[in-house]
Amino acid sequence: MSVRVQSEPFDMGAEVDAFTTRVAGAGAVVTFSGLVRDDGGTLAAMEIEHYPGMIEKALETIRAKAMDRWSLADAMIIHRFGSLRPGEQIMMVATAARHRADAFKAADFLMDYLKSRAPFWKKEVGKDGAEWVAAKDQDESALSRWKKS
Amino acid sequence: MIDVLYFAWLRERIGAPREQIETSAATVAELVEELKTRSDAHALAFSDMASVRVAVDQELSEMSAEISGAREIAFFPPMTGG
Repeated sequence: MSVRVQSEPFDMGAEVDAFTTRVAGAGAVVTFSGLVRDDGGTLAAMEIEHYPGMIEKALETIRAKAMDRWSLADAMIIHRFGSLRPGEQIMMVATAARHRADAFKAADFLMDYLKSRAPFWKKEVGKDGAEWVAAKDQDESALSRWKKS
Repeated sequence: MIDVLYFAWLRERIGAPREQIETSAATVAELVEELKTRSDAHALAFSDMASVRVAVDQELSEMSAEISGAREIAFFPPMTGG
């Protein structure tokens, strides 16, 4: 499956191995994974809420856009929801192409779109309370990089 | 009847993840005006529309969008995936 939304952890190594086997013949695989970061040392958990039903469609759409735009052998997205601890993997993307430029650009594109067009919301739960993570203006402006002229 | 869904701090402020309502609103913006009259919590949740996004039948949409025939309208803050 090219797009997965799940609460359980995933094994990045096994996922990348399986993906690489599936795209045999491609010359380049790019992978990225995002982790729960604890800048202040006070984070107990990161809670990730999602919109069931819409999220799968949104991720499929984002993946399809990348597949259309670059010459890719395949692309995959895994994103978790629920309560995650510092250091845990939140999500990963992998892209495969004949040459590395397509794979890098497509992975970068997937990440920019995941940030602000996939219906996930992060909440940081600290020792002294919980706070929703605010979207950054730069996340929105990052999308303008991908506007076709 | 239309299903109205709330996520993240909108869900918390309103105190429920979803509600079913009868509406004659023609657009999302009109629906929001109706929802604001339901309770103080609704009014507070929709007090800053610059930080509210909407999906109509699970597609990202605009406040000006028409909603005739829509089954599910979701309100939420800007998304923070990745």
